[in-house]
Amino acid sequence: MDVEKFLTAISEAAGISGYEFPVAQLIKAEMSKHADEMREDTLGNVVIYKRGGGEDRQRILIAAHMDEIGLMVTKIERGGFLRFTTVGGIDLRTIVGQEVIVFGKEKIPGILGAKAPHITSSEERSKPYPSEDLYIDLALPEDDVKRIVSVGDLVMISRKAVKLHGKRIAGKAMDDRAGVAVLLSCLQELSRLEHTADLYAVATVQEEVGIRGATTATYGIVPDIGIAVDVTHGEMPGVDEHRTSCLGKGPAIAVGPNIHPRVGQELIRIAKEYNIPHQLEAAPGPTGTDARAIQVSRDGIATGLVSVPLRYMHTSVELLDLEDIKMAGRLLAYFVAAVNREFVEELKCYC
Amino acid sequence: MLLLKLSEADGVSGNEGKVRALLKEELASATDDIWTDTLGNLFARKGKGKKPRVMVAAHMDEVGLMVVGYEKSGLLKVTKVGSVDDRVLVSKPVLVGEKCLPGVIGAKAIHLQKPGERRNILEIENLYVDIGATSKEEAAELVNIGDYVAFAAKPHEIGNNCLAGKAFDDRAGCAVVAELLKEDFPLELTAVFMVQEEVGLRGSLVAAHAVHPDFALVIEGTTANDVAGVKDTGYVTKLGCGPAITIMDSSFITQKKVLNLLVNTAEKHGIPYQIRQLTTAGTDAGAISRAHEGIPAAVLSVPCRYIHSPASIINLDDYKNTLRLAKAFLVAIAEGGLSFEETAEKIK
Repeated sequence: MDVEKFLTAISEAAGISGYEFPVAQLIKAEMSKHADEMREDTLGNVVIYKRGGGEDRQRILIAAHMDEIGLMVTKIERGGFLRFTTVGGIDLRTIVGQEVIVFGKEKIPGILGAKAPHITSSEERSKPYPSEDLYIDLALPEDDVKRIVSVGDLVMISRKAVKLHGKRIAGKAMDDRAGVAVLLSCLQELSRLEHTADLYAVATVQEEVGIRGATTATYGIVPDIGIAVDVTHGEMPGVDEHRTSCLGKGPAIAVGPNIHPRVGQELIRIAKEYNIPHQLEAAPGPTGTDARAIQVSRDGIATGLVSVPLRYMHTSVELLDLEDIKMAGRLLAYFVAAVNREFVEELKCYC
Repeated sequence: MLLLKLSEADGVSGNEGKVRALLKEELASATDDIWTDTLGNLFARKGKGKKPRVMVAAHMDEVGLMVVGYEKSGLLKVTKVGSVDDRVLVSKPVLVGEKCLPGVIGAKAIHLQKPGERRNILEIENLYVDIGATSKEEAAELVNIGDYVAFAAKPHEIGNNCLAGKAFDDRAGCAVVAELLKEDFPLELTAVFMVQEEVGLRGSLVAAHAVHPDFALVIEGTTANDVAGVKDTGYVTKLGCGPAITIMDSSFITQKKVLNLLVNTAEKHGIPYQIRQLTTAGTDAGAISRAHEGIPAAVLSVPCRYIHSPASIINLDDYKNTLRLAKAFLVAIAEGGLSFEETAEKIK
C-alpha cells in the first residue's frame, strides 16, 4: 500500500493507549506482507520480523508507537452527559467543540459541547473552559446512555485526515502513526536492498502513558541496536526555532545522552552518503519517546532516534510533510542494510 | 436531504453563493417567480396578488473567518466574521476561499507550553490557518487577502433522532422556509433567504423594505443550553421540546396578538412548542419589524446546542415541528387570524 494511504487509514483508526487493538489490525494486515514472521507480545506490541541474509545475524529493533492520546469516561451525569479524564497529555483547550467517538458497548458519536457566544459573558470567553465544566453530549436520553456507556470507557477525538497543499497532511494521532508509516516505508525500501542483519519492526503500545510497550518489546527481542521512530516539534509561530525542526527538510536525527554516539553518527553518515535530507535534533536527556526505554533495557541497548517533524502535537490536526516520512523510511532502510558484525562489535568499545 | 446539503455548504456572511445556489435549485420547481437583490438576498414568491402578503424568512450566512495576511512560513492570519468564541477555533479543520482549500487551525504542543500557559485562552491573534503552504509567496498564490474561511464539518446523525453539524443556525431555517414555499397557502407568500445576518441583520433590512409585507415570519436556529451543570432557568430552550417562540430578544418584541395566535395555533394542532427563556441576542425580526412604518413579525426557532461552533446539535422532531407550526400558523393568518386591514384602519 502507498504510504500516504496507509497513514490516512491508521491516523483515522482508533488506538488509545491500552486499547490499540483497532489500529493494530490495520497495521498487521499491511505490514505482514513484508514479514517473514509476525507476532504480538503480552502487552500487544506488534512485532514484524524480517530475516537478514548474514550468517551471524545482528538484531535491529525499529520501534514506533501506535497508541494515541484520548479520553476516559469518569461519570455519567444527570441527563446522560459524560464527564471524563484524559489518557496521555491533552491540552483541554484543544478539545472544546470537537466531535468524539465513545467506545461503549457500541461505538457512539458525541460532541464536546461549546457554549454559544450568545450566552457567555466576554469575561467568561477570555478564560479557558474550567476542566470541571467540560462534558460529552451524546444527544441520548440518560437511560440509553447508561445502557451503552460505563465508567472507564474510552473516548477518541474523531477526525478524518486532511490532505493539504503539496505534500502536507493533517489529522489526529499522527503522533506516532507517522512513525508507523515510516516503518512501512522502511520495509518497502528494504525489499529492494540486501541486508545481513535481522530486522524487528515493532508497533509499540502505551507510549503516551509511560513508554511501556517499548520496555517489554525490547526485553523480548534483545536487539543489538534499537531505533525509535517518533515525531518531533515542527517550527511554528510562538515557539523558539532552536527547539523545533523544519517540515519538509527530512527526518530529524537525535543526538545526546539517550543516543548511542556511533548509532547517531552512522545515521548521519548514511544520510549524507545517500543524499537523504536530514536535520539534527539536540536531545539533552532521556527523550519522551520509545528510545527512553529501549536504551536501558536488559544490560543496555545501543539506541538511536529518528523523528518526523510535526506541528501542533497532541491536537487533532497534527500536521506533517509526507516527504519526511519517505526520507525517514529510506534513511532507516539504508542504515539496516549497512549494519554488520564489525559495527555491532564496536558499539561496546569506548576506548 | 436538503438540510444536510445546506449545513455542509460554506457560506460565511458576504459569501452566501453556494447556499443560494442550492436553494435556487431546490425552489426552481416550486415557482418561476425567483429573483435576487443587490446585496444577494434570494426571493421566491407564490400567490402573487393575494392577500394578506406574508414574508417567511431565514438567513443563509454563517459565522466564520476571513484571511487578513500571510506569515513568512506560509501560515494565514485570520480575523472573525460574526460572533465566534476564540476557544472553539483551536484544533479544527477549515475550508479556505472559493475553491475550498482545506486547512487546519493548530495550537502549540502541550509539551512546549510554559507552566501557567494553559490558564490563558488561545486568542485568534495567536492562531493561524495552515493550508500546507511553505512560504508567504506560495500562500499568496493559493489564497487572497479577504478570502473567507468556513468550518469544515460534514453533518451526520447523532444520538436519539438528532443531527450533528455546523451552521444549523440558520440553515435549519432555510430548509423550513424552502419547504413552506413548496406548499400552497391562500395568501401571497414571499420566501426570503437573507444574507449577512451574523454581521448585523443587514440582508433582512433591505429585504423587508423591498417586500413590504403585511407580516413576516422569521425561522431561526436558537441556543439550546439544556446541558450538564446548567440549572433549568438557564436552558434558553430544550432540545426535543418543539419550536421555540420568541417573546422578546435584544432586537425585537413580539406583539401580543401575534404571540397569542402562535401559541393558540400550536395548542389547537397539538404541536409541541416552548417559550424561549432568553431576552438577549437578536434575529432578523429586529430589522424587519423596523422597516417602513413597522412590520408585525414573529420568530420561530429550531433549538440548537453549541450554536456558532463546528459541532452543533439539533433534534429532527424539533425541525419537523417547526415546519408544522409554521404551516399551521400561515393557515391561521390566511384565515384572518391577524386582521391587518383592521389594524391599519385603527392607526389612521
